[in-house]
This record gives sequence, C-alpha cells and structure tokens, in this order.
Amino acid sequence: MAQKSPIESSEQQPGRSGGSPVFTKRHLLGIADLNQYEIVDLLDRAERMIPVSRQERKTLPTLSGKTQINLFFEPSTRTQGSFEIAGKRLGALVVNMSVRTSSVTKGETLVDTATTLNAMQPDVLVVRHAAAGAVELLSQKVGCSVINAGDGAHEHPTQALLDALTIRQHKGRISGLTVAICGDIANSRVARSNLILLNALNVRTRVIAPKTLLPKGIEDMAAEVFTDMREGLRDADVVMMLRLQHERFAGRMIPSTREYYHFYGLDDEKLAFARPDAIVMHPGPMNRGVEIDPSIADGPRSVITDQVEMGVAVRMAVLDALLPAGDGK
Amino acid sequence: MTNALLIENARIVDPASRRDERGSLLVIDGKIADPAAGIPADARRIDARGQIVAPGLIDMRVFTGEPGREYRETLASASAAAAAGGVTSFVVMPDTQPVIDDSALVDFIVRRAEATAKVNVLPAAAITRGLEGKEITEFGLLKEAGAVCFADGRGSIQNTGLLRSAFTYAANYDMPVVHHVSDRSLAGEGVMNEGLYASGLGLKGIPAEAETIPLSRDLQLAVLTGVRYHAAQISSAKAIPMVAGAKRQSARISCGVSINNLALNENDVGSYRTFYKLSPPLRTEDDRQAMIAALADGTIDVIHSDHDPQDSEGKRQPFAEATDGAIGLETLLAVALRLVHNGQVDLVTVLRAMTSRPAEILGLASGRLTPGAPADFIVIDLDYPWVVEEKKLASRSRNTAFEGARLQGRVMRTFVAGKEVYSHSDAQGSAA
Repeated sequence: MAQKSPIESSEQQPGRSGGSPVFTKRHLLGIADLNQYEIVDLLDRAERMIPVSRQERKTLPTLSGKTQINLFFEPSTRTQGSFEIAGKRLGALVVNMSVRTSSVTKGETLVDTATTLNAMQPDVLVVRHAAAGAVELLSQKVGCSVINAGDGAHEHPTQALLDALTIRQHKGRISGLTVAICGDIANSRVARSNLILLNALNVRTRVIAPKTLLPKGIEDMAAEVFTDMREGLRDADVVMMLRLQHERFAGRMIPSTREYYHFYGLDDEKLAFARPDAIVMHPGPMNRGVEIDPSIADGPRSVITDQVEMGVAVRMAVLDALLPAGDGK
Repeated sequence: MTNALLIENARIVDPASRRDERGSLLVIDGKIADPAAGIPADARRIDARGQIVAPGLIDMRVFTGEPGREYRETLASASAAAAAGGVTSFVVMPDTQPVIDDSALVDFIVRRAEATAKVNVLPAAAITRGLEGKEITEFGLLKEAGAVCFADGRGSIQNTGLLRSAFTYAANYDMPVVHHVSDRSLAGEGVMNEGLYASGLGLKGIPAEAETIPLSRDLQLAVLTGVRYHAAQISSAKAIPMVAGAKRQSARISCGVSINNLALNENDVGSYRTFYKLSPPLRTEDDRQAMIAALADGTIDVIHSDHDPQDSEGKRQPFAEATDGAIGLETLLAVALRLVHNGQVDLVTVLRAMTSRPAEILGLASGRLTPGAPADFIVIDLDYPWVVEEKKLASRSRNTAFEGARLQGRVMRTFVAGKEVYSHSDAQGSAA
C-alpha cells in the first residue's frame, strides 16, 4: 500500500476502541460541518473498526446501555440495515422506526415526531428524510445526537465516509487521486457529500453527466465538469457511478434509458479511458444495463461489495465518536 | 484522369467571403478547387457568359409527405423542385407519418434520400415524441443517425419547463434547436392576421403576441441554457427588437423568415384565397417592410421557403377550415430577388441568408465557394423574366402562393457535388 499523507492518518490513540479526543461534535448532519482533520479522524476510527466485523465474536461493549433509534421516513434496506448492525455490534439497543411518508410530510408533523421520540430518551437518532434540511430541523428539537442518513438531495455523510474509506483501503491514499463521479449529479446527495469530502482531502474531483443532470454552480463544486464520459474518465483512479432514478424524469431530463446507457453507461469501452488500475464504485442499488454494464458491476475492478463492508465500519466509528463513553466521561 | 469542371466567364458571388467579382469556378472530384493551383487540361468547360455563379441554396424549412403521405410530396419530387429552384440542400421537417422521432426513422430518411433525391436532404428530428410536446426524444442517438437539428415542425412546444430541458439537452450534444413560435391559446381558432382585414372578412384573428410571447420565452431560455437556438420564423415587427436584443447576449441565437412573409401581406388573402392561409399568417404591410429591413441589417439570418405541399382536398375548403401552407422551393430564389431588383436589399445579403448563414447555423461545409467545400453551386440569370405556372412546377402539390406572378431572375443550372442536377431549357453556354 502506498504511504498516507500526514493529514490522512493520525496517530493511533490509546484508550477505548479507537477512541480519540479529536472528535467533539454532537451530531453528524453533513460532511460540510467537518474539517479535514475530523474527516481523517473518522476514517482512522473506521479503519480500526474493520477487524471487529471480521472476527468471530463481532461485538464491542462500547455502546452498552445506549439506545439508538433508526428513524427512516424514506425506505432503505441497505443503509438502515447497516446502521442497525453497526449499533448492535457496539452493544446498543437498536430500535427501527419506519415512518410512512404519506402521513408525515409537513415540517410541523416532523417536529411533533421529534418531540415524541425525545421523550423516550434515546441517545442517538439516525434519520433519513426525503426533504433536504429535515434532519437538521429535527436535530434542533431533540436532546440526543443525530446522524443524517440522507436528507433529500442535500447530504449523505456516512456514504461519503465509507466511499473514502474504500478508496483508502484500495489505493492506500486519497490525496492526489483523480475521482470521477458520473450520473445524476443534480439530484444526488451522495455526489454532494462526496464532492465536499474529496475536495477537502485534495482530490482532483470530476463530475460527468448530461447537462440536464448537472446542477447550477457545479463548476464551483467540482474541479472539472464533463459532459463527454470518455473525456471525463481519462486517467481517472476511481470511477464512482450514481444510480439513475430514470422513472423520476422519463422524457424530461433523460429521454430513455437506452440513450443514457449509450452515452453515460459504464461499459468496457468507456472504462478503458480510466487508468488500468482504476476501481469502480456504486452506492447501490444498481440499475444494471442503465448506468453500468453487469460485467463491470460484478467484475474484478468493482469494489461495490467492499463499500458495503466499509459502511458498517464507518457507522460504528461515527456512533462511537458521537456518543460519550458509558462511564459518563 | 481527373474529374474536373471549369465554369468560366462567370460573376462569382460568394456571400461567405463577400466576394462579388468576375472569375471562374473550378471543381475537382465534387469539391470546389483553387484555380490558381492549376487547371487540369482535361477539365470540362462551361462558359457562364457573365451569369452569376453562387453557392447552392440551403432551405431550412421544407415539408414532404414521405413517409406516409407520398401523394402530397416525396423526397424525390421535393428534390426535383429544389433542383429547379437552385436549392442544393434542404432540411426536411419531421411532420410525417410516422413522425421522425426515432433514430431508425432518421436513418430511413437518409437512405431514402440517397436512393431517390437529386439534392442533399438533411433530416430534422422531432424535439418531442410524436410532436406531442410532452417528452423529449433521444437527441444523442438521433444526432448519431444523421439528424442536423431538432425541430417540432409545425408544432410549437407550450410547456416552458419541458422547453428548458430540451434546450439544455440539445446543448449537451451541441445541436441546434429550430423552433416555430406560436402560443396555442392565444392563436386559438385564429386563421389569419388579427386586425381590420380579418374583422371585415369575418375571420378569427391571430395576434402578433401569439408569436412574441413564446418568442420572448424561447430567447430567455436560449440565453440561460446556451443552446444553439434558431427561431424558425418570425412575422411581426414587434419580434425584431426582441431577437436583436437576445443576439447581443448570445452568439448562438439566430432567426429565420419565410419568403411568404417577405413577399406577401394580409391583403393577398383577398376573397378567402386558401393558398394564402399560412402559419405564421401573412401580416400587415408594415410588418413585411420591417422583415425586409431586419433582413438587410442582419437581425434576420435566414430566408426559407416554408415549402408545405397540401393536396387540393385540404385547400378546397372554406378559409377557416382549409389547411395551412404553400409550396415554395422552386420560387424561393426568384421571389427573393424581387428585393434585390427593387433596391431594398443587396444581392450578397439576400444570397447569404440562403447559403452561408444556414450553413453556419447547421454546421455544414456547404453554402460557400471556398476550396475544399462540396461543389454545390448554381448558375443564375439575374434578369431572366418568367411567369409562375403551377402546371410547370415539379412539386407533386399545386398550392403555390405565386401562381401567375411575374418574376425576374432564375436558376439556369444547379450542381450538387459537381454533378449537374438541373438545367433550364434556356440555359446558355455549352457544356463542352
């Protein structure tokens, strides 16, 4: 593995499982709230969590006695499951609450929900909501830590952290790499969180999308903007594909999935423009044959299942960093 | 052995270079060549006897009936009319049955034209599926199949959000969008220009605002998205300062005018003559004069024929129930030359609006007499007098708005890729 730059790995701290005094935040609402040292600290903590899930007894007593509520206003199998496993492996009591979006749509109701949950004295709320800013609003109304598990097209901080950890595991470093994010940039919280994180770690960030899927001001959010995928992939170290929610804008932003696949689907011919050792990532769930060729999704350059594994480690690290130790420290 | 042709003793008029001088034109292997680089000894020679040699015309708005309504016009019959009118390339609108909204259908037009047409046929693909104004088509695949631009033909997109998407998506593939501007609810059931004349005839009118309101929307979105935008055709004086203002903000904006709105006005409707029922409608004489002035000062970039063949069934109806449209490929040049003969617009400017400007807008190599360009050119007798007789026109349909018109000047010979595709019976000069 290549050498890490100083800001990418901090010294191993003594004490609790990777416990570090650096992290003082109460909530994790977005990558935008973190500086590069906090990002690296979280990655270091997550790296130390990886072995926990690989050993036979996959538990640490860190969060014993704590209550974690997963509050998902939008259905999600993989993120909710990942947070649940992360909490349970740290010994927390984890409760899943799926809220039907149809009955909870107004801000007022969201606050009511928060007040109700707050009365149950949880230690951490993991929240996903379809509206940008909803998680932050909720965090102002409760007395516990709040983790944003995705709010609209705003942020998905743990996804960006797990992506960064996956890159670091495979490339040995993050700084100085060229990372191309391709797909529906305009509507993607994953793209936003990743751009903020990667820019903070001195990555050469690129976005690739048709103009209809690029948000206004993208030139100031990524180092380089491409509408031609081959140009955008040239010499990239990492290719991050995004899910195309084509049913959302059929005939509006994208005329058809066959045209999208022809120009923006990742296939062998286009991937050949990236570096020979480039890795391919996807936050899932994938649309095979829409944004990615099945042979690449399931092929040797894909690190998609590693991302899922890193997801658990990152969420364990975040829970551990946010919650004060059980001894009342 | 070279395949060379020399047109000697000509008045060379090339709007792209603003050239207007005596000289000769050399063609080698279907391309314009530089005579200074040497004339092959075996070149075929034609004496132009002082007549004009100009780039072949590029007509940006032509309708046919192929596929689906071949009885109105085929690509072959339209190309024969085009050749006789000096039009060496035309953009064919997607308003056919089926609508040209899929790459396989663009491919059909390309192949069918190669097999049957005398001149270059450039397919415009639909902006929206089925011209319904609801879903955008596959711009990238359509471009790869050979579409030169996107247009909804006679249709005008009413949904502003969709239009913005279409402009943004067209900019993604660097393709021009050619849009006919007409507000459906304002045009309503109108059938001719709104005003005293329509009121006198008891016909419902179409106000100029049915054009200027959607035009304003289009121009603002064109500036916002950076798309290559071409307002297909304007007809009212009020539209001109709007276009001029938008052009100052984006060099990718252009606009066209139908030859009908340059040559005719609402009074030509006379007593319910349906061959003058057009879209946009013929406007007032003041509007027509404003169009001419805007052509002269460059605000209007392109003159097209709006060639729209309609069968007699559709035209032999009460005015309000008749179909819109008139043919015009064969009369386009001669009618436009009226503006030159009466001293309103100079020859180079008129020709530029039908040669180099459309070529620039569409990104074509033709439309100029530069060495290396395709040898699409015409020989014009500027003063040749003739009378339009519908029976002698090559089009399959007869709905000309210029029946019986006395015109001065016409095409004597038409060449496409160096090959003669039309010569008038009075063409002078012998092909040795």
